[in-house]
Amino acid sequence: MSSIGTGYDLSASQFSPDGRVFQVEYAVKAVENSGTVIALRGKDGVVFAVEKLVTSKLYEPGANRRIFTIDQHVGMGVCGLIADARQIVDIARREAANYKSQFGVKIPIKFLNDRVSMYMHAYTLYSAVRPYGCSVVLGSYDPEDGSSLYMIDPSGVSYGYYGCAIGKAKQSAKTEIEKLKLTNMNTKELVKEAARIIYLVHDELKDKNFELELSWVSKDTNGLHERVPEHVFLEAEKSAKQAMEADSDSDTEDM
Amino acid sequence: MFSNNIVENSYDPFQMYKKKPETASPFNFVERSKAPVTTGTSVVAVCFKNGVIIAGDTLGSYGSLARFRNCPRIIKVNDNIILGAGGDYGDFQYVKDLIEQKVIDEQCLDDGFSLKPKSLYCWLTRIMYNRRSKFDPFWNNFVVGGLQDGVPFLGTVDKLGTAYCDKIVCTGYGAYIAIPLLRDAFEKNPNPTEQEARDLVVKCMEVLFYRDARSFPKFQLAVITKEGVSIEGPLDIKQNWEVAYVTQN
Repeated sequence: MSSIGTGYDLSASQFSPDGRVFQVEYAVKAVENSGTVIALRGKDGVVFAVEKLVTSKLYEPGANRRIFTIDQHVGMGVCGLIADARQIVDIARREAANYKSQFGVKIPIKFLNDRVSMYMHAYTLYSAVRPYGCSVVLGSYDPEDGSSLYMIDPSGVSYGYYGCAIGKAKQSAKTEIEKLKLTNMNTKELVKEAARIIYLVHDELKDKNFELELSWVSKDTNGLHERVPEHVFLEAEKSAKQAMEADSDSDTEDM
Repeated sequence: MFSNNIVENSYDPFQMYKKKPETASPFNFVERSKAPVTTGTSVVAVCFKNGVIIAGDTLGSYGSLARFRNCPRIIKVNDNIILGAGGDYGDFQYVKDLIEQKVIDEQCLDDGFSLKPKSLYCWLTRIMYNRRSKFDPFWNNFVVGGLQDGVPFLGTVDKLGTAYCDKIVCTGYGAYIAIPLLRDAFEKNPNPTEQEARDLVVKCMEVLFYRDARSFPKFQLAVITKEGVSIEGPLDIKQNWEVAYVTQN
C-alpha cells in the first residue's frame, strides 16, 4: 500500500491516478483495527452486539460504551475510533431531534440513515478535513415498516442489511451470520446467536479481555431501543460460553 | 461545536449547524406575545399520602368562545412526573415538545437516571423567567407533580416566573374558587388518602364547572403514585341544574 499511495494519500480531496481516495481507505483501516460489531435483523426487531476490547485491567467496567441510543426507536453500534464515532452519534441525535421538532413524528430510519451518511460523505471531499475513522450500524423497529438495519462506511456509503459485521473479525462473523435464517428468527433467539458469534470470533491470543455489549430494538420492547435486560444478557453470555466449550471439545475429538 | 479556522475561507463542515448571523433589516422587529389566544382554564392539584393528583378540563377557549372541546393539557412526562398546564395552548404545546425532547436526551445518556420533578420544576422556572425577562412570556401556568425519590412533590410556575411548592396548587380561576375549598378540607384532614384526595379534586372540578364561565364538563385526572402514572379521562362532571327552576321569575 505504501508504494501505491505515494503522493496521493495526503488529502481526501485528490484522487490517485487509478481513481482511489487513499484517505478514505486509510479510514477503513482504522475501522478494521477495532473490536467487532455485529447487528442482526430478525422478523420482529434488530439486535446489536459489540466486542468491546479492554486494553487495561485498570479501566472501570462499562466505560466507553460502543452502543448508543439515538432516539427512542433507533440504536447505533459503532466501530473504529471511538471519539470520531461519538461525533457521529451526536450528529445523528441532532438530526433525529430536528426531524421530530419539525414534523412532530419520530424520524424514519431511512431518512436518518440518508442524513448521517451524507454527513460522513462530506468529510471525504475536502482537503481541510479527514474522513471519519468509524463505521456505524443503525437499527430500528417500526410496527408498520418492520425492522430495518443500515451500515455506513467512512466513505459515506450505506446499505440496508439483514445482518452485518464490522471490525476486526468481520469476515468470520459474516460467515457465521450467513448460516442463520435471519428472517425467521425473533430477537430472543438473535440475542443468543449474537453473543455466541462475538465470543466465537474473539481472538484470545491477540486481545485478552473484552466486554460484551448487547442491545435490541423490537416488537417486545415496544419499538424502543434498550440494552438487553440483565437476565437475558447473562443467559446469552452463558450459552455463548457453553457453545465455545462444546466447540473446543469437538476440536480435541477430531485430533 | 468547534470551528474550523485552519484554512481561511475553507469549507466549514459545521456551517449548516451554526446559527446564521442576524442582519439588520427594517423587517426583523421584535414581536412579543401580549395576550394568549386559545386558552385552557384552571388546573387543580393536590398532594396526598403517597402521591399527587392533577386535574384539568379539556376545553380550549377562544376568548370567551368555547371553541375546542378536546384539548388535553395534563401529560405524563416520565415515570415520576406529571404536568398540567393552563393558559395559552400553543405555548403549552411548544413547551411540551421541549420537555419531551429533554426526556429523550436523558434516555439517550443511558446512565440509569431519569428527570425528577424538582429538576423539571426548577428548569421550568428558568425558561419562564427567561422569557418574561425578554418581555415575551410563555402565557402559561404550569403545575408539576411527581415523586421526588418517593416523596410527593407539587409545584407551580406562572408566566412571570413566579414559582412555589405546596400541598395544594390551583391555577387560574381555581386559585380563587378551589383553593379555599381544598384548604378547608386539608385543615380537617391534612393527610388524605388517594380516594379522599381524588373525591376532593373531583368536587373542585364540579364547583369550578358551575362557577367558571370558561370551564367544561369533561376533564382529565392524572394520578401519580409509586405504582406509576395513570391519566384518566375524559371524565364527566355530574351536573344538576334543578336549581335553575327555583330562580325562574
